[in-house]
Amino acid sequence: MSYLGTVPGTNLIALWLAAAPERLVRLGGIDVVIVALYFAMVIGIGFYLKRFANTGEDFFLAGRDMTAWIAGLSFVAANLGALELMGWASAAYQYGILATHWYWVGAIPAMLFLGIVMMPFYYISKTHSVPGYLRLRYGEGARGLSAISFAAMTVLMSGINMYSMALVMKVVLGWDIHFSIWISSLTVAVYVFLGGLLSAIFNEVLQFVLIWLGALLIPILGLVEAGGWNGMVQRIAANVGHGDYVHLWRTLGSFQDNPMGIHWTGIVVGLGFVISFGYWTTDFLVVQRVLSARNLHAAKMAPIIGAGFKMMVPFIVILPGLLGIAVLPEKLVGESVAAATGAHSYNEVLPLMLARYCGPGLLGLGITALMAGFMSGMAGNVSAFATVWTYDIYGAFIRKRAADSHYLSVGRWCTLVGVLISIGTAYLVMQFLSIMDYVQALFSFFIAPLFGTVVLGMLWKRATAAGGFWGLLAGTCSSVGMWAWVKIDPSALGVIALSSHAKDMAENMYRALWSWIICVTVTVVVSLATRPKPAKELTGLVYGCTELPSERELKLTQRPIFWAAVIAVVFVILNLIFW
Amino acid sequence: MHKPGMVSIWFLIGLLLVAYGILILSAGVYEYFSPPSQAPVLAGLHAAIWWGLVVLAIGAFYCWRFQPRKTK
Repeated sequence: MSYLGTVPGTNLIALWLAAAPERLVRLGGIDVVIVALYFAMVIGIGFYLKRFANTGEDFFLAGRDMTAWIAGLSFVAANLGALELMGWASAAYQYGILATHWYWVGAIPAMLFLGIVMMPFYYISKTHSVPGYLRLRYGEGARGLSAISFAAMTVLMSGINMYSMALVMKVVLGWDIHFSIWISSLTVAVYVFLGGLLSAIFNEVLQFVLIWLGALLIPILGLVEAGGWNGMVQRIAANVGHGDYVHLWRTLGSFQDNPMGIHWTGIVVGLGFVISFGYWTTDFLVVQRVLSARNLHAAKMAPIIGAGFKMMVPFIVILPGLLGIAVLPEKLVGESVAAATGAHSYNEVLPLMLARYCGPGLLGLGITALMAGFMSGMAGNVSAFATVWTYDIYGAFIRKRAADSHYLSVGRWCTLVGVLISIGTAYLVMQFLSIMDYVQALFSFFIAPLFGTVVLGMLWKRATAAGGFWGLLAGTCSSVGMWAWVKIDPSALGVIALSSHAKDMAENMYRALWSWIICVTVTVVVSLATRPKPAKELTGLVYGCTELPSERELKLTQRPIFWAAVIAVVFVILNLIFW
Repeated sequence: MHKPGMVSIWFLIGLLLVAYGILILSAGVYEYFSPPSQAPVLAGLHAAIWWGLVVLAIGAFYCWRFQPRKTK
């Protein structure tokens, strides 16, 4: 899962891709060797790590032996899909630096909150998954609801990413769609089947390094060509007529003043609080990486390290989009116009910048970075699906007591089944493009309410099993209801976003906010009307009932809270610089 | 992540980066002596040469720092 559903323009990506007339770049022999070496390495890692994945704990949680750095990099890499990179570069070309909010206010506070506040409960409870935590805290009802929705949506989303990747490869390289789908999915299937989460994490760290090395050259050369930051700003002003493309907050005073049609309250509360906290603290795809940490200290540090790297991602995603406005000779257009006229679309800004600066060798590295991004996202989905299916569906409702080796075997085969379902979804989407929109919307239904349920469970010991279940259900249903309302009557957007000037982007923010409020309200009301668990049953699960290990014996620079504060200060400074 | 006998991920990354660095550097040197007819923008900076060196240096450092005998 990702923020993909909120990327402006990506819902039309298929339209653009289907109509794109020819490949953007042509790989030379040396580029092909670079791509082939990458595939050989990731498969080789899978075969190598198979011998170390002998138990369920090894396969599903990488033996809970990851260092903070590995878990932190994997935590960020699992989210750093190539479609997301291309989507946000495209958004930066359309809306300017506003797109950075999805990387900064839409991620950093939530990651720090996960590390400092929530991770102790996830880790001390020794849960295998987020649905597993819900079982411990609220019982089987909330766990079942969360596990089934997560498992279904994860494989569907994986299929959509797979199809999108194949289409991107078709446009960028001219590759056959079927070839791309099968070669990438089989590669991911092989290395996750063999080494489980251990293999996925190893490859995610590799992919993270490749993404940076492949993409970093674009902003460096772009800034050289544009004449530095000031030169870029002047060129943007000359090309589009104003400088609002380079200010983060200045234009968010009203819905009409910025091209996204959003108000700062939507960004701060809807994105920065509800959606971001929901995704980064309860989506098992990313949380699973942190659960693999070797101890509580590493588990707390991992999201903080991840936040540091996340804060830098705009330099390889947003900056190329801005540089595209400044230096590309042609003006990029929307997907529908591109499909009708044959012009280049917003979504092509990253590949166009790559082709602009990179010759043989560097081009291969850049394309490998894109592929690495796609595959890390796919592997993340598949490994998370295998864990939730095995522990929270199969082990909870189908075969409750079996040997660890049995669950290990189920997990392995589940990986293959997950990939096959993803491939099926990819082909289904190929036939019915509108499915893509619906699945992305489906994912968004669960994020905000789940955060309400989990955070109340961790911080409020009075929350009860009935409160958790009905709150989650009410929040999810209300999100579905608001989405359907806007689909049937688009003017309802004005009611949900509290302004008739609101645009599509605002709907996601405010729908998330309302569904979270409804979830929390229902959870509180039902909890107050039902009998709570005794405090002794909440040990290790809830604040106030759990003794958290003291960090007083650690030096200041070893304490997670110190590094969280450092990241927070840098975060504030960056926002002030680009205000 | 330090199971007995397990090679560090950073060593594996180092190996791949060394190979990539050599390939990119080679391509850059080749282009330096025989420039292509359709060169990319800023081709005069010879990015493949210095970026290839950067990748090679990072890879070599990882290979040295995380070599299996050293991390045992």
